[in-house]
Parts: sequence; C-alpha cells; structure tokens
Amino acid sequence: MIDWPLLSTVVWLPIIGGALVLISGDKSPNVSRWLALLVSVLTFAVSIPLYTQFDNSTAAMQFVEKAAWVPQFGVNYYLGVDGISMPLIILTTFITILVVIAGWEVIQFKPSQYMAAFLMMEGVMVGVFAALDAVLFYVFWEAMLIPMFIVIGIWGGPRRVYATIKFFLYTFLGSVFMLIALIYMYFQSGSMDVLAFHDLKLNHTEQVLIFLAFLLAFAVKVPMWPVHTWLPDAHVEAPTGGSVILAAIMLKIGGYGFLRFSMPIAPDASHTLDWLVIGMSLVAVVYIGFVALVQSDMKKLVAYSSIAHMGFVTLGFFIVFMIMANPAATSGAELGVQGGMVQMVSHGFISAAMFLSIGVLYDRLHSREISSYGGVVNTMPWFAAFMVFFSMANAGLPGTSGFVGEFMVILAAFRADFWYAFLAATTLIVGAAYTLWMVKRVIFGEIASDAVAQLKDINAREAFVLTVLALAVLILGLWPAPLIDVMDVSIHNLVQHIGVSKL
Amino acid sequence: MQFEMSTFIPVMPEIVMLVAACVVLIVDLFLTERTRLVTYALSLAALVVTGATIIATAGDPVVSFEGSFVRDAVADVMKIGILTVTGFAMVYAKDYLVQQGIYRGEYYTLALFSVLGMMIMSSAYNFITIYLGLELLALSMYALVAFNRDSMGGAEAAMKYFVLGALASGLLLYGISLFYGATGSLSFAEVSAAIVKGNIQEDILVFGLVFIIMGVGFKFGAVPFHMWVPDVYHGAPTAVTMLLGSAPKIAAFALTLRLLVDGLAPLFTQWQEMLMILAVISLGIGNLVAIAQHNIKRMLAYSTISHVGFIFLGFIAGTDDGYGAALFYTVVYALTAAGGFGVLAMISRRGFDAENLDDLKGLNERSGWLAAMMALILFSMAGVPPTVGFFAKWFVLESIIRVDLVWLALVAVFFSVIGAFYYLRAIKTMYFDKPIDDQPLEISADSHVAMSINGVSMLVLGMFPTALYTVCRAAFG
Repeated sequence: MIDWPLLSTVVWLPIIGGALVLISGDKSPNVSRWLALLVSVLTFAVSIPLYTQFDNSTAAMQFVEKAAWVPQFGVNYYLGVDGISMPLIILTTFITILVVIAGWEVIQFKPSQYMAAFLMMEGVMVGVFAALDAVLFYVFWEAMLIPMFIVIGIWGGPRRVYATIKFFLYTFLGSVFMLIALIYMYFQSGSMDVLAFHDLKLNHTEQVLIFLAFLLAFAVKVPMWPVHTWLPDAHVEAPTGGSVILAAIMLKIGGYGFLRFSMPIAPDASHTLDWLVIGMSLVAVVYIGFVALVQSDMKKLVAYSSIAHMGFVTLGFFIVFMIMANPAATSGAELGVQGGMVQMVSHGFISAAMFLSIGVLYDRLHSREISSYGGVVNTMPWFAAFMVFFSMANAGLPGTSGFVGEFMVILAAFRADFWYAFLAATTLIVGAAYTLWMVKRVIFGEIASDAVAQLKDINAREAFVLTVLALAVLILGLWPAPLIDVMDVSIHNLVQHIGVSKL
Repeated sequence: MQFEMSTFIPVMPEIVMLVAACVVLIVDLFLTERTRLVTYALSLAALVVTGATIIATAGDPVVSFEGSFVRDAVADVMKIGILTVTGFAMVYAKDYLVQQGIYRGEYYTLALFSVLGMMIMSSAYNFITIYLGLELLALSMYALVAFNRDSMGGAEAAMKYFVLGALASGLLLYGISLFYGATGSLSFAEVSAAIVKGNIQEDILVFGLVFIIMGVGFKFGAVPFHMWVPDVYHGAPTAVTMLLGSAPKIAAFALTLRLLVDGLAPLFTQWQEMLMILAVISLGIGNLVAIAQHNIKRMLAYSTISHVGFIFLGFIAGTDDGYGAALFYTVVYALTAAGGFGVLAMISRRGFDAENLDDLKGLNERSGWLAAMMALILFSMAGVPPTVGFFAKWFVLESIIRVDLVWLALVAVFFSVIGAFYYLRAIKTMYFDKPIDDQPLEISADSHVAMSINGVSMLVLGMFPTALYTVCRAAFG
C-alpha cells in the first residue's frame, strides 16, 4: 500500500466521481444521488488509511507524491500531509458524506449538478490541504471558489446573486496578492516548494510585505474582522449544504494557511505584527459575539458565531509569539496552536451540525427567522434534543468538543497576558448568551403558531446525520487524545521553527 | 536576380494558402447555397493542408527573398495558432451564416485571404512585407465587417473601421518612412544595425517610433487607440466578430514582435516606456468600462482591450521569457475569444442575433453543456485556475516580476480582480437567472464537437500547460 498514491486518490476520486454524476444528468435523479453517495463514502473510506497508517512520531511530510508539472518554473505536482493537514482532510471527506445525505430530498432542482459541485469541491479542498507546491496550492485554492459560487448562486436564497458575487470577489481580491508574494519567493528560492519557502532567508521588510499579502488572503477566508462581511451574506443565502461546507471546511482553509504559510515563512514579521492579528481576533471574539446576540435570523446568528469561534483559532495561533516573547512563560507555546487546531476540527463538527439543524427547520417552514418559531420541542422532541445538545456544544459546554479548544486557547492566552485571556474568556458568557437565547426562543415555550403545531419530527435520514455529528462532538469532547497525538509532533516542530529568527 | 527552387520552400505554406484561397474563390462561383457545404469543407481543408505544410517544411531559421521574409520557430507557432483559431471560428460561423441569410462563399474567401495576410505578417522581415501582410488582413476584414449588406450597423461599423484603419496605416507608414529616411533601409536587420552604430540623431528615431507604436496600438486595440474596437465588434455580424476578435490578435502580436523586437530592439528602453503607459491604461479602461456594458459583444471588446494590456506586459519585460509568455497568452486568448463568440453565434437563430447579456439568461437550463463550455471560457478569461487563463496570466506576471517591475504586476492583478466581476456577471446570468427565451437551441454536430474541444481545452491546457508553454518559450530560443 505504501506505493499507492493515496492522496491523489482522495483528491481525484471525488472530482472524477463528480464529473460522472454530472454526466448522469437529471433524468433519473436517484441515480445521481446514489452515485454521489457512493463516491463520497468511497472517498471517506480511502482517506481512512491516512489516519491509520500515519506515523505520529515524525513531523516530516508523509504520503508524499512528487512529479514535475511545469518544470520551466520549478512547479511540481507535490502532495503530502503532516499532523496539521491530515485531520482536516479527514474532516473534509467526513462532512461531505453528510452534506450529500442532507441534500437528498431537499434539492429537487438539478440534483445532479448540486451533488457534482459538492463532490468536486471536496476533491479540490483536499487538494488545498495536501498541496506542498505553492502553485498547486494556489490552483486548488482558487478552483474551490467555482463550485461554491455556483452552489450559492443556483440553490441559494433570494439575495443569492449578491451574496455569491461578493463571496467570490472578496476571496479573489485577497488571493491575487498572495500570488504575487508566491512569485516573489520563487525568485528568491528558485522553486515553488512550500517547504523550501519555510527555510528561505528573508529580510524584515520582505517578510512584512509577504506576511501582509498572506494576511489579506487568509483573513478574508477565515474570515477575520473587519473583512468578515461576506460571510453572513454567503451563509444566509447559501443552501444548507453550502453553509455546512463553508463553515465546516472552507473557513478552516484560512486558518490552515496561517500555519502552513504565514507563520513559518515570515516568523519575524508574524512576531512584529502579532498584535495586529491578536487584536483582530479579539475584536472578532468579543464584538462579533455581541453582534450575534442581536440577530433575528438563525443562520446569520450561527454565521456570526462562526466568526467569533474562528477568532479563537487565530488568537491561539498568534498568541504563540507573545508567549515566546514573555520571559516568564517558559513553555506552553504549543498549547495555543494545539488549541486552535482542536477548535478548528471541533468547529467543523459543531457548525455543520448547527447549520444542518437550521436546515431541518427551514425545510419545513421555509423561514430562518427566530420569531417564526417557538415551542418546537412540543412537536419535534427528538429534533429539540439534538438542537439543544449542539447549541450547548456551540456555547462551549465541558464534555463537548467546543470546550476543549476554547479552554486550551484561553489557557495559552493566560501565559501571554492576563487581559487577553480575560477578553477571550468573555466568549464563554456571550457565546452562551446568544446560543441559548436562540434555543430558548426557537425550541422552548408555547407553540407559537399553527405552522409550528403542524411540524413533523425528523425522519430517519435527518436523525442519522445529526446522530453521527453528535457522536463526533461527544467523542472529541471527552477524548481528544487521538487528535492531539496526531498533531503533536508536527506542531512541536512548527513552534520550534517559528521560534528561530530568519534574520 | 536568380531564384533557386529551394528559396521557395520556406514560403510554401503561404503559397499553399494563396492557391487554396483562389481555388475556393473559383469553385464557389459554381455552387448554390445548398451545395455551399463544399466551400466550407474546402476552406477547412485549406487550413489543415497549410498547417501540414508548415509542419512538413519546418526547419532551421531561414531568411529569404533578399532579407524580406523570415521563417523561424516563432513564425511557425503563430501561423499554426492562426490556422487553428480560424478553423474553430469557421466551424461556429456556418450555422449562423445560414440562419442570418448571409451564407455566401465570399465569407470563406475573404477569411482565407485574411489568414494569408496574417501569415505574411508572422514571417515579415522588413517594413514593406509587414505592411503588405497588414493591409491584406485589414482589407479583407473591412469587407467582412460589412458582410451583411442589409445591416445598417454593419455598414456603419465597416466605415468606421475603414477610416480609422486607414488612418492608422498612414501613421504606421509615416513612422516607417522616418526610419527609412534615418537609416536608409527597410530591412529589420539593417535598420537595427544602423541604430546600434549610433550616429543617427535619437530625436528622429523616437519620433518615428511614436508613429509605429500608434500603428501597433491601433491594430491591437490598446487604449487610447481603442475607440474602433467596441463599435466594430458590435456592428459586425457575430460570425465576423469571431474572426476579427480571435486570430488577428496573434497577427497583432506578430506585428509588435517583428517591428519592435526584431526591428527596433536597440530602442528598447524608449518603446518599453511607451508600452507601459499603453498597458496600464488599457488594463484600467478595458476592465472598468466593460463593467458598464450590457451588450456582450461590446463587453468582450473591452475585455479584449484589457487582455491586450496583459500581452504588452510580456513585451515590457523585454526578455525571452516575457515574449514566450506573451505568445502563450495571445494564443490562449485567441482560442478563448473564438469560443466565446462561438457560443453567441450558437444561441442566435433566424431573425435573432444574440448579443445582450439577457440573451444568456438561463442558458444552463436550456443547454447545460453549452453553459458549461461558456463558463469555462469566461473563467479562463478571468484567469481563475484551473483554467488555462490563469497560467497565461501567471507566466506573464512571472516574467514581469523577474525584471523587478513588481508595481506593474500589482496593477495588473488589481485590475484582473475588477475584471473578474463582469465575467462573473455573465456566468451568473447563465446559471442563476431564469430563461426568458424558451426556444430550443439547434446546434449542429460539427459546432458541437468543435465547441466541446474548445471548451474542454481550457481545462486540459490549464491542467497541463507545459506542452504549449514549452512550444511558445522554445520559439524564442
């Protein structure tokens, strides 16, 4: 099995499968649905060996594949994973299955195109995580926009066109400057190898400019305050599946970019500008938390809560520089990055679950307004149980995965400065407030209207999807060790690398 | 002067094309509209045979006919590109011509003569040869634009094109005459050598250069010599816009390459500055004004203008990498443009000329396949990976950053983002809007096949850009 190109399979199987689904057409929608499910399950199955055969004891890239692609410019088809990218790939293949199932009956308009778009997106996103060549990364990074653009635009809500064009242009604007930075580094290093970029000597000005170019690309993707405004629009207008992929995986790509590019390539600039990123993260955590509080649209509320949670991720990553600069703190720098990573995976599950739950309600009542609901627990008890559980997880209840990441980041923040930790910890209150207040208004109370009284509880398909996610959230919350073990060596290596000045 | 037969071998492709064009002209006289398929087949055969001749007679670079004609790798690449793109355009044009009632043999004859003109430009090695090729191309095009003689718009466009084109030719000739006066020669090699010697007053050279740049700018459609582009693209029948908007870009590349790089390389710093100005304002004006267009032909016209800015960037780099990248860009762009106008031609039908953005509405529901091809073409124009347009832009940006013109690269990507908006808007119209026109599309088998090749090539070339790039880059040694 060692020689089998496992990563390529995980990248190309869904893309080719997606093409087949597209060709199968809409004459018999069930054929394309089953085919899509088959492809997504197969892809997940193929991605499992990435975990089981992964070597925890090394930070080197594994499952490496390398072939010349555009030799004139030193561009290779170069794939490989370490402990940082591997969990995110599994997350991608896992969530895609749920998205395919969740769209089963809901999507009646051109289901083959819908399924094909998600499968192709899956392959491309895995490509982003696995690419170790800058151009390959950039190609996947941009290609990812095309299916998402189409998904939001065709199957989205009333203002979908505005939302999808905003989504595309924001990301596109962010990333073209990254391209210039990549080309610049190519001239400095003579190759497009990302790992070679890590060891590339750059002076301080170069690092700052490159860091800013990357920041623009990744901050838009994460998204960080103040370039987050595309996200609520995109989320609200996207179909459920689109929101799930967007929140669960695409946002993670921004966070991943910081770990793979910004921090190791420009450690000194990251250190100089850590206040900027930490400041932006804290604004996201605190201010966006309050913004979420006043939302009347459930999807928008969860969208803002995503921004706040992703603020934790970036906070965890960049607090490392503060900890290393703090002479009183001798260890614990790794905790921040680990916490950020756990938070990313956990948020992948929880946000997916939240959006799927809202999707369940939306499919029945065609409203996302909190005020349209009330007393749902009376007619949909099973659903209410799930929804309350996921909301608790979203608020960071101990025992769920939401707690682990936030707790680790807050601990790390303490080692840097008390006030950072204090501000970050306010999220435990604000987060609980906006999530639970929404639950109170939607789930509990008197039955608000006739429409709510007519609601039918979740069917087997919906129950299956939510159960799987609930298990994932619980397992990661109670026993995060398997995830942390996998990341440990890679993160240790990363923190050591960024601790060494390039000047 | 004594000719040996071997001197004719390098010009074999041009001879074949000339003979073929004459044969098509004569054969067509004996055909009716029902048997015109023969003209169509003969024209395509002419392109194929000429292409085969180019490949068969390819060899080391030769300069023949007293230094007025050059046969090198660049010329061959450009010619093959011109033939391929024109071939696609001819296939798309057939149904359109039939439906619009202008299915006449002259379309093919004039198209073949314009191809001959472009081939001569590609191989020109002195000022007169290049001017001959240019005029042969331009005169064929003037006539083609007015091809639908009942169309007021067509006649107006042709008139504008002719008057402005004649003016540009005049300016170009004036520039050439200044160089002739200053150096006493029309041959690129001798002019170049005379400038290097350095005993000519620089003012005269720069003065002449300004006129030559104007001519080049006009033929390429670069701002501020772009005024004719939207009007002519709009007024001409789509089948002609297709010819005009695709392969002649390769010819314009040839014009720039031969005049500036082969002929006036010693004046590099001077023309580099001039091209920089043209490139930056072309990128800006082209992309910004395209946003305001609701007629797709006009939108694509402004998009062409912005693409010309990108092509100029390769020249501005002034390195073999830059020229190779610009050639790659031009060939890819020509192929993309042919496909884009081809889709418009396919949506049109009898008595209805698709040219507004609204005509694309709901194309995905009417024909998912055609919408997918158009989406690939538009994404490629916008430069979004994994389509080939991304690599075209990347190679050019690479060459320009290599010569430390990072600011120019930043300007280019900035305007590319603005440009992405109107391409996305067109994709949005196809995919997200409901069709307002429910007439089923009738697409013949040959157009279907050609469009599939054209559209999928955007993706395939995007995934495997190496082969085409190697050819383009190797042409410059």
